[in-house]
Amino acid sequence: MTATQRRASRRHVLVGALLSIVLAAGACTTSPERAAPDADAADPAAEPGKSADDVPAEGDYPVTVGSLEIDRRPERIVSLSPSATEMLFAIGAGDAVVAADEYSDYPAEAPTTDLSGFQPNVEAIAAWEPDLVVASDDLGDLAVSLEAVGIPLLLQPAPADVEGVYAHLADLGLATGEIDGAADVISKMQAEIASIVNAAPETDEPRTYYHELAPDHYSITSSTFIGEVYRLANLISIADAAGETGNPYPQLSPEFILDADPDLILLADVACCDVTAESIRQRPGWDTLTAVVRGSIIELDEDVASRWGPRIVELLRDVVDALDTLDAAV
Amino acid sequence: MSSTRSTRLMRRCDVGDTTVAAAPPTVTVRDVPVQRLSPRALGAAFTLLAGAVTAGLLFGPAGLPAAGVLHALVDAVPGIDLPGGLSDRQLSILWQLRVPRVVLGGLVGGMLAIAGAGYQGVFRNPLADPYLLGVAAGAGLGATLAIVTDLRAFGIPLAAFVGAVVAVAMTYVLGSRFGGRSSASLILAGVAVAAFFTAMQTYVQQRHADTLQEVYGWLLGRLLTAGWNDVRTVLPYVAVASAVLLAHRRLLDVLTVGSDEARALGVPAGRVRLAVVVAATLGTAAAVSVSGLIGFVGIVVPHTVRLLAGSSYRIILPLSLVVGAAGLIIADVVARTAVAPGELPIGVVTAFVGAPFFLVVLRRWGAR
Repeated sequence: MTATQRRASRRHVLVGALLSIVLAAGACTTSPERAAPDADAADPAAEPGKSADDVPAEGDYPVTVGSLEIDRRPERIVSLSPSATEMLFAIGAGDAVVAADEYSDYPAEAPTTDLSGFQPNVEAIAAWEPDLVVASDDLGDLAVSLEAVGIPLLLQPAPADVEGVYAHLADLGLATGEIDGAADVISKMQAEIASIVNAAPETDEPRTYYHELAPDHYSITSSTFIGEVYRLANLISIADAAGETGNPYPQLSPEFILDADPDLILLADVACCDVTAESIRQRPGWDTLTAVVRGSIIELDEDVASRWGPRIVELLRDVVDALDTLDAAV
Repeated sequence: MSSTRSTRLMRRCDVGDTTVAAAPPTVTVRDVPVQRLSPRALGAAFTLLAGAVTAGLLFGPAGLPAAGVLHALVDAVPGIDLPGGLSDRQLSILWQLRVPRVVLGGLVGGMLAIAGAGYQGVFRNPLADPYLLGVAAGAGLGATLAIVTDLRAFGIPLAAFVGAVVAVAMTYVLGSRFGGRSSASLILAGVAVAAFFTAMQTYVQQRHADTLQEVYGWLLGRLLTAGWNDVRTVLPYVAVASAVLLAHRRLLDVLTVGSDEARALGVPAGRVRLAVVVAATLGTAAAVSVSGLIGFVGIVVPHTVRLLAGSSYRIILPLSLVVGAAGLIIADVVARTAVAPGELPIGVVTAFVGAPFFLVVLRRWGAR
């Protein structure tokens, strides 16, 4: 296993570097801070042979992204977040992605591995010799462990709204030296969202929707990320009443859903749980719902509906198209 | 009062034992003294159930008007025609969601409670609950496998049921093979099997984090997807299992003196245990397959009945059935109104109420 060997040799280098620091500090009272750059130079991932001139234009390194300083253009990126993977490929940094987590299945050329973003295994991540790791959550002491082995981590948690997606895209552009690529994606998304929202039918009252995450009626409130996307098209969630208790992903009572009678039903549990527009018609009492009678049910791609990437534009377009047919039916 | 009763019982049976050893048995099963179920206790239990059903039908996030609900219920009585009161949608909320949910809550609660009482009787262990021999762990693994694989088409309830039965069968085989059929060895085998199945379930769940929410929701227990289909699935099992358990109520009383003593009295302890375990397991597995894992009902209800009404299984079994039904219906009212219009998992409600209650029961137990 080359990966294991690489990891082993890397560890030897690290141990050697640590030893040299200790020896240097003991022998001639050199401060560890001064010895540290030497240790970095001994790291094979640092690629000391490469001169600054080889770095393509655009990004002038080092760059600072949030609190993270990146010394040189990343060439071996590990993405532990499907959303980040989609964004990296969209801005043109896909070539630098050497490994992506088990759920990063889009775009097709994404190098999906069995790495997990939920239970990150730092040894397995380090075996890829990444010079940048992107993740959405700091689970299982990921940040501390990666810092210990000297691998920079860019954390991109779930954004609150579309502006947050633009910020993530811009950060990724800065980090990977694809600043122009990121700017292109952002302006394209902004233009498309604006045209979709402009084309959306005008209504005085916001339309209501029920967005189903799982067959046992887990839903989202309007203040979740996807809820904010829907809000762009003047849609609000029937779950907002339940969200007052502080849980943005409440489990709704079926009788409440019938009582609320939403204008739209958005199914984000089609692939996972075999729920379809047809199957919810069979649920007790659901045949009386306005959305079911009118057929205002959208079977969503739940990957798109659970990630924050450029594809949210498609999600918004599908929903607004359904609003158009809803108006035609009235 | 109950302590005098049990000493009397013990003394009588000690006499029985020595008689058996010395001479042909003159003591029979009928001589084991037991309390009879008083009409007053039964009346109280049914009153509780009626109250629970009423609350279950009247309270819910849809806010159906109470008068309208009563109107619709009277209208449903054959021969009485009293239309109006509720809109079509409100009627479908009542008849398609609320009524089946109350009925299912009653069936599941009653089943778990009477199964718990049966287990406590055959194992003579106050800590026994319906999940003692691995039902919960087996059902959990079955349901999880169904959720994460293509077995979904096969049905989560059926997968859970099969998992539960397989786990208990394994417990029985392992317990009797390695432990010589004593109840302690069965319980220990149950612990081992449950741990093993739970480990497998956790592993499968962990490998499929994308379905975590659904698995989690199932494990915590719920009645919310209930429709008449679930009621139809569970009803035959609950009916047969309860009938078998109730038929063994006298024999369980005899077993309270110990299996050797019971054998001396002509009661085949092993066969009684098998019948009770099979009935309780099938009934519990059926209940769990539609409702997920609802804890504490099977422990709290029989002990409450025992403390309040008497320790004979002629009292405990029937009353547990009725009180368990009432208890779970009330817990479900809490589950669907506490954070309305959201839902609390009903397993959280029963454990939240059940855990402190259980401590009280233990304290009473220790005080004796």
